[in-house]
Amino acid sequence: MDQFTLNLLFVGASFALYIGIAIWARAGSTSEFYAAGRGVHPVTNGMATAADWMSAASFISMAGLIAFTGYDNSSFLMGWTGGYVLLALLLAPYLRKFGKYTVSEFIGDRFYSRTARMVAVICLLVASITYVIGQMQGVGIAFGRFLEIDAFWGLMIGSCVVFAYAVFGGMKGVTYTQVAQYCVLITAYTIPAVFISLQLTGNPIPALGLFGEHTASGEPLLAKLDQIVSDLGFQEYTAAHGSTINMVLFTLSLMIGTAGLPHVIMRFFTVPKVSDARWSAGWTLVFIALLYLTAPAVGAMARLNISELMWPNGTDADPVSIEMIESNPEYAWMTTWQKTGLLDWEDKNGDGKIQYYNDANADLQAKAEANGWKGNELTNFNRDILVLANPEIASLPGWVIGLVAAGGLAAALSTAAGLLLAISSAVSHDLLKGQLTPNMSEKSELLAARISMAAAIVVAVILGLNPPGFAAQTVALAFGLAAASIFPALMMGIFSTRINNVGAVTGMLSGLVVTLVYIFLHKGWFFIPDTNSFTDADPLLGPIKSTSFGAIGAAVNFGVAYFVSGMTKETPLEIKQLVESVRVPRGAGVATADH
Amino acid sequence: MSQQDVTKNAYWQANLRLIKISLVIWALVSFGFGIVLRPLLSGIRVGGTDLGFWFAQQGSIIVFLALIFFYAWRMNKLDREHGVDEE
Repeated sequence: MDQFTLNLLFVGASFALYIGIAIWARAGSTSEFYAAGRGVHPVTNGMATAADWMSAASFISMAGLIAFTGYDNSSFLMGWTGGYVLLALLLAPYLRKFGKYTVSEFIGDRFYSRTARMVAVICLLVASITYVIGQMQGVGIAFGRFLEIDAFWGLMIGSCVVFAYAVFGGMKGVTYTQVAQYCVLITAYTIPAVFISLQLTGNPIPALGLFGEHTASGEPLLAKLDQIVSDLGFQEYTAAHGSTINMVLFTLSLMIGTAGLPHVIMRFFTVPKVSDARWSAGWTLVFIALLYLTAPAVGAMARLNISELMWPNGTDADPVSIEMIESNPEYAWMTTWQKTGLLDWEDKNGDGKIQYYNDANADLQAKAEANGWKGNELTNFNRDILVLANPEIASLPGWVIGLVAAGGLAAALSTAAGLLLAISSAVSHDLLKGQLTPNMSEKSELLAARISMAAAIVVAVILGLNPPGFAAQTVALAFGLAAASIFPALMMGIFSTRINNVGAVTGMLSGLVVTLVYIFLHKGWFFIPDTNSFTDADPLLGPIKSTSFGAIGAAVNFGVAYFVSGMTKETPLEIKQLVESVRVPRGAGVATADH
Repeated sequence: MSQQDVTKNAYWQANLRLIKISLVIWALVSFGFGIVLRPLLSGIRVGGTDLGFWFAQQGSIIVFLALIFFYAWRMNKLDREHGVDEE
């Protein structure tokens, strides 16, 4: 059986499984559509939340970004896990006690203002749609590869699949399908990593192999990697190169953003008790950590494998020849990925060989001249293909490659579905039913929810045609936006009785606007190319890149809210009592959507 | 202030204390050991690199996990001690 058929088989089988579960658990009433009747066990909920959370950014994109940058991109690892500490300690139990369905309902009630609820909905929509763009990128790449077509058509086909998939299940369908998706994606991520770790270090646990010994050279794996990448003129893998301030702010933005993303917070409304909400956050992180502890090993080992494939006889001997790439099965992955337009090479000096090195490095230029090299000839290596190509790069059996394709799609689909659910509930439940047409019937609310899902996909695809970065970087922008707008409002709503309606509204708006403007100034207005005034290589404010600005936006939000609340009328007594009641678990009943 | 309010206040103060301690550890392992204090830890070698690299790529995640479970266990106990748990 050829690889193409094998991929189709794996992807097809996993889809049949998800669709089967979605039909089995089809949502009937609105309350089931949003919150699955609250009968979800913390471990089940944790697993589903982990699938919801680990998106194309975590599965497809993150290890690639770490592989090509090394230590500096550790921010993704710390940021996307550290946020759960904030979520578990500062938000989850209180929001569960409050007992409503959506994040904006809490903000609207706590800040006793329809405007606050509206502003929260807007913040949520901006962050979620940016996030969906990143997912669509991942879906496009995964479909492009396994159907062996251009990434653009992969995106088109993928978005239709996402839509069909999200529209037919509510949260209940989503909860149980997501458990299945978690199992598929974690197996798909771990199996190739175990194989590669065994090949390179003899250790079956990738997380330990990363700090183990490279069997072929007898040196520590990371020391070997440092040496080989420096030989090729790239920066040392384990050393710090970027600005410390930017790294701290970037990590912080990802952490706060994690705790401010509506589709993740929503999951904690679905556990039966307040004490379960605390455990649930822990279980979620357990399931996430299984992938996140493996990811840095995947990145480092893939980088080593690629460097060695390009220089099969060592960096001082001749590099790989074009003849070898075209005929040797070990290099077959290069020709298949070339079809997606995400990998390319060019024999610039016409010597029939491909020199892969850092041509911007002054030290390497002398060597290049002496050997007649005319620049780096591995001209395009999209970071987002690394994880999907990884089993092929390591010459693993065909079924592993098919499994990884299915896993990548599971990751992208589950998150896209969760986000679309958050978007549709924001539009139909908060915006329409809560504000514009309060007397809407349950049936038309469900219809509105589905129409808004479709609209969100169309917007995400259009904006995703010119993505502002690799999938994980696009997603990082969404986190910045959530960090600057939603998280501070939620936290102040619980931990301070002083913050009033005016303070919360001005705080959220100023946090969202400064962050959005800062992002657009660097990435182009609405991500349209060439409309940017600055670049992340030379940002407006010192070393602070647009992906790191969320933490500053959050600080602006906190500051403005405190200042304005201090200048305006104090919060009414009944709101202070509401805050007091949210702080203690006793009396947490079943939540309702009624007012 | 009623007896109930006093209990609630003591409960909330205990919670805030626990949150503060946990967040100090949270920041220390990630922003501290993983980023800012990494040069200070460079003398401690771990598998071809230093301890700061390990904290940045694995150690902090393990500590985060321990923190969340510790907090959940401690808070559920505090709920019962102060009589504010869910019946």
